[in-house]
Amino acid sequence: MFGDQGRVIASITLRATMGRKRALLFAIPPAILLLVTVLLKLAHSQDTSWPSQVVGIFGFTVVLPLTALIIGTSVLGAEVDEGSIVHLLATPVPRSVVIGGKYVVAVVLTAAFVAVPELLAGLIATGGLTRLAVGLFVGALAGSVMYNAVFVMASVMTTRAIAYGLGYVVVWEALLGNFVSGARLLSIGHYSLSVANGIARDGSGLDPGVGLGTSVVMGAIVTALALVIAARALASFSLKGDAI
Amino acid sequence: MTVIELRNVSRWYGNVVAVNDITMTIGPGVTGLLGPNGAGKSTLMHMIAGFLAPSRGGLTVGGTPSWHNPGIYRTLGLVPERDSVHAFLTGAEFVTASARLHKLPDPGAAARRAIEMVELTGAQDRKISTYSKGMRQRIRVAGSLVHDPEVLLLDEPFNGMDPRQRLHMMDLLHGLGEQGRTILFSSHILEEVERLSGTIQVMVAGRLAASGDFRAIRRLMTTRPHVFLVRTSDDRGLGAALIGRPAVTGVEVTDHGLSVRASDYGTFSREIAALTRDAGLRLRELLPEDESLESVFAYLIDTDGPKAR
Repeated sequence: MFGDQGRVIASITLRATMGRKRALLFAIPPAILLLVTVLLKLAHSQDTSWPSQVVGIFGFTVVLPLTALIIGTSVLGAEVDEGSIVHLLATPVPRSVVIGGKYVVAVVLTAAFVAVPELLAGLIATGGLTRLAVGLFVGALAGSVMYNAVFVMASVMTTRAIAYGLGYVVVWEALLGNFVSGARLLSIGHYSLSVANGIARDGSGLDPGVGLGTSVVMGAIVTALALVIAARALASFSLKGDAI
Repeated sequence: MTVIELRNVSRWYGNVVAVNDITMTIGPGVTGLLGPNGAGKSTLMHMIAGFLAPSRGGLTVGGTPSWHNPGIYRTLGLVPERDSVHAFLTGAEFVTASARLHKLPDPGAAARRAIEMVELTGAQDRKISTYSKGMRQRIRVAGSLVHDPEVLLLDEPFNGMDPRQRLHMMDLLHGLGEQGRTILFSSHILEEVERLSGTIQVMVAGRLAASGDFRAIRRLMTTRPHVFLVRTSDDRGLGAALIGRPAVTGVEVTDHGLSVRASDYGTFSREIAALTRDAGLRLRELLPEDESLESVFAYLIDTDGPKAR
């Protein structure tokens, strides 16, 4: 699948995404996470309860989804807004390769801007390469994979992907997910926490509220489904006329 | 030799009909799609290019539908109206990327050939952000030509070009048409379409208003009824004299003068001065009331069916 066409798409997507002004926004949430972590470490270096709350729960319910949202809607959505997507689509490239190439770039960027900072924050907060730190890294990677599939799909289907994405993250995951146990079963944030918890082991303070097995299966289904829907929606991509 | 076939193609958005029951065949050579802004030209081009589904009707390019058919782009190139290339790419990078996406066996060579065709070889290693508007247009044409398509669609390709750039682009398109490719371009300027096209398809308000070569279209425009505003020292008296002339089909006395409908522009223009003099009147003002292209277009859709063939 990733022949030369996929490489061209990924390369141009990466350059285009990093070249836009909104690329600065990728760095802000992880920067805040690292800053807060460092400050808390200096103030409460003996306390062991805050790392899972701050780096774990805050990181996974705020930093991870928001950064993934900006990145995931940028790799395709920005080209749709600009119109440059037409040059890509007016070629025989299979639409699944277009989605695949852009999705991979989104996952790699989110891994760089969230998973790596999560690892660093975990190292700083827990004082070393603990199970928690590694768990947070892997959980964030899983989150990158799942969130970006959903956000790339959203950006094909609507021009208001960022608004819908925010609605999903803030209302569904953060609000309902924390108070309604049923909502957690359909929450990527909680799947990611569950993966992190699986490595960090129970007692880590992460409290995912969803089992590891369920999370992995549901996460895989959500990811695959989102990417398939995205490719099919892209096959029906339409340009409107100038008068409309 | 690839032919674009449309049969009863319509496209609507809710209550708005953008393209209304169009049947046409576009063959090799250059065809111009002429019409005022909002006529539905872009909508039609997007449907032919596979970027919009018809609401009704059959549309094929070389015998296969273009909708839901990425394979069609092996033989089709599109230069959309909106200029939206990634400006951080150099000209060469952009065209080479297009060649690679088309899985050409030697993308670099194909890109060089295409860039040579649009005469941008000297600028190919500069970023597109440094290009002038005309150069950006040409590099987009190169990108759409790199895979040697049988069909090329260009949406308002001359927009914003100066006369020299326009001439150059016309020469390029003319040459491509001579090679037997099927070229369709749209414009709202008659002169552009006349110079370049073998066949002209006129679109007004979503419908196909007229079809033919440029002479036929010109003839339509000069033989249509014209309306003039005439002011003299005795409008009513002149009106009485005019209604007897065969070239005049209607006369109306209004506050601002005499509104005269003439079926034959040429004859009327020759006769009006002599008529006023013979009637002993002073001709104060003679103005055509409907010289705009829009009024021509309006005339063309006034009756059923396309006019010229």
